[in-house]
Amino acid sequence: MALSKRQRAKVFRLAQYALLVVVIVVLALAADWTEVKRAFFNLDIAASMFPNVITTALKNTIVYTALGFAFGLVLGLVLALMKLSSVPPYRWIATIYIEFFRGIPALLVFIALGFGVPLAFGLQFDIYSTVMLSLGIVGAAYMAETIRAGIQAVPKGQIEAARSLGMSHGRTLATVVIPQAFRIILPPLTNELILLTKDSSLIYIIGLAREQYELTKFGRETLSRSPSLTPILVVGLCYLVITIPLGHLSRHLERRTGGRKIRTPESTGV
Amino acid sequence: MTDDVAVRITGLKKSFGSLEVLKGIDATVGRGEVVCVIGPSGSGKSTLLRCVNLLEEPTGGKIVVDGTELTDPDVDIDAARVRIGMVFQGFNLFSHLNVLNNLTVAQRKVLKRSPREAQEVALRNLERVGLSEKVNAMPAELSGGQQQRVAIARALAMDPAVMLFDEPTSALDPELVGDVLGVMRELADEGMTMLVVTHEMQFAREVADRVLFMDGGYVVEEGPAAQVIGEPAHERTKSFLARVLDPTHQRPAS
Ligand SMILES: Nc1ncnc2c1ncn2[C@@H]1O[C@H](COP(=O)(O)OP(=O)(O)OP(=O)(O)O)[C@@H](O)[C@H]1O
Ligand SMILES: [Mg+2]
Repeated sequence: MALSKRQRAKVFRLAQYALLVVVIVVLALAADWTEVKRAFFNLDIAASMFPNVITTALKNTIVYTALGFAFGLVLGLVLALMKLSSVPPYRWIATIYIEFFRGIPALLVFIALGFGVPLAFGLQFDIYSTVMLSLGIVGAAYMAETIRAGIQAVPKGQIEAARSLGMSHGRTLATVVIPQAFRIILPPLTNELILLTKDSSLIYIIGLAREQYELTKFGRETLSRSPSLTPILVVGLCYLVITIPLGHLSRHLERRTGGRKIRTPESTGV
Repeated sequence: MTDDVAVRITGLKKSFGSLEVLKGIDATVGRGEVVCVIGPSGSGKSTLLRCVNLLEEPTGGKIVVDGTELTDPDVDIDAARVRIGMVFQGFNLFSHLNVLNNLTVAQRKVLKRSPREAQEVALRNLERVGLSEKVNAMPAELSGGQQQRVAIARALAMDPAVMLFDEPTSALDPELVGDVLGVMRELADEGMTMLVVTHEMQFAREVADRVLFMDGGYVVEEGPAAQVIGEPAHERTKSFLARVLDPTHQRPAS
């Protein structure tokens, strides 16, 4: 008997539910629950990670990310202004910078600043400078395009109003254009912050003292002593404590600004 | 030497690429005078007004405002613009600042007035446009008519010698037009020098000392409002007014 389109869709949906139930039942019967519990949810291991996972690792992840984001924002703003400059060489330099640092792995930048610069120039950065510079240099390349798009999205009438009140080009930029541009790009910048939070894990490459551990390094270190996935699960949850609220914030801001669409580069990620 | 003249435009030309929009404009606005500019869409009225504060760079000719030649390449244009208030069709209030800060930001940053003085001047000018109670509102919370009155107050707070208006009421709902025109009428009565691009013939007739009719990049006709609007001499002025004053009027086939 021929089924109507609607009936076929209904049968198909029921089949999907049935499949799901079968898979869950099979898994539940087959799994060795004590084994699963040992591997994933070992409460003793989890408990042993506290309070350091919060007071050291989570704190350091936040501090490293904040430093990198702050530096990246300033550098990104400078690059965005260079990209919009009427002097062509500034535009070229900004373009080369952006293309270069978006095109190479962030890990390479960490290695360069952690080992390359100290070896080549005899300069030794402390851990905070290394993270700030590395994350900032990479983040700036992504944020510059976002900031440039934000600046260009400020309505021309706002600039004309400022100029006709006697504000110079620079004063108009500082008092009208940049504040409005940042309001426009708050959602994509928040996403940038999420990506930097995850990228902060790359700092492990330069070797950290115990009190300098961030979440990923802390998780690995715990893992080496306790053969269980629990440490990874715990630090993973700690990342989510940062990134999920930021994601909600970003979407909330996007709704509030009326979801005004601007052209931004595809999302980063390492 | 020309102390009784606030704005003197001589041989003004402006091209956008190969399109010549202003083809040689001569016009003056005396101190305390209200001059209205009328003309069909695309005739260059906005361009003329925007040249008077150099938002558009003229391609030729000379513009002197309040004794300063704006077309001098070495002019301090920011200092000169302080003396020229501009009111836009689209209001252009700073969307990230509340009403008070819209009125004080340029006073503080450009005129270097103290916060207290800037605020006093702001409140005085808000009262002038009848919006004292909106001092803490954000622009988005105001009606178009209120936004335009705030924009007028913002320009007035700089103590300009001349006010330029580019179709200040044409983005407004009809019932809001009257409030804005009322404010402009009061300004004119107080002796403000005004150059107004408008489609409001009634306003031009009642408030303007002189009317310029522009078409095709030229000032085709100018004179007292009653003459240009009431008894136009030129054919093009007549047919423009016929269309504006009676929109259903059909142009004779040509
Ligand atoms: N920035 C610009 N670039 C290129 N062309 C322009 C520019 N600004 C204005 N024009 C052109 O100049 C001509 C005159 O424009 P303008 O805005 O001065 O006319 P208007 O008299 O104010 O018209 P309306 O009554 O529609 O406002 C139009 O043909 C317009 O397309
Ligand atoms: Mg116009």
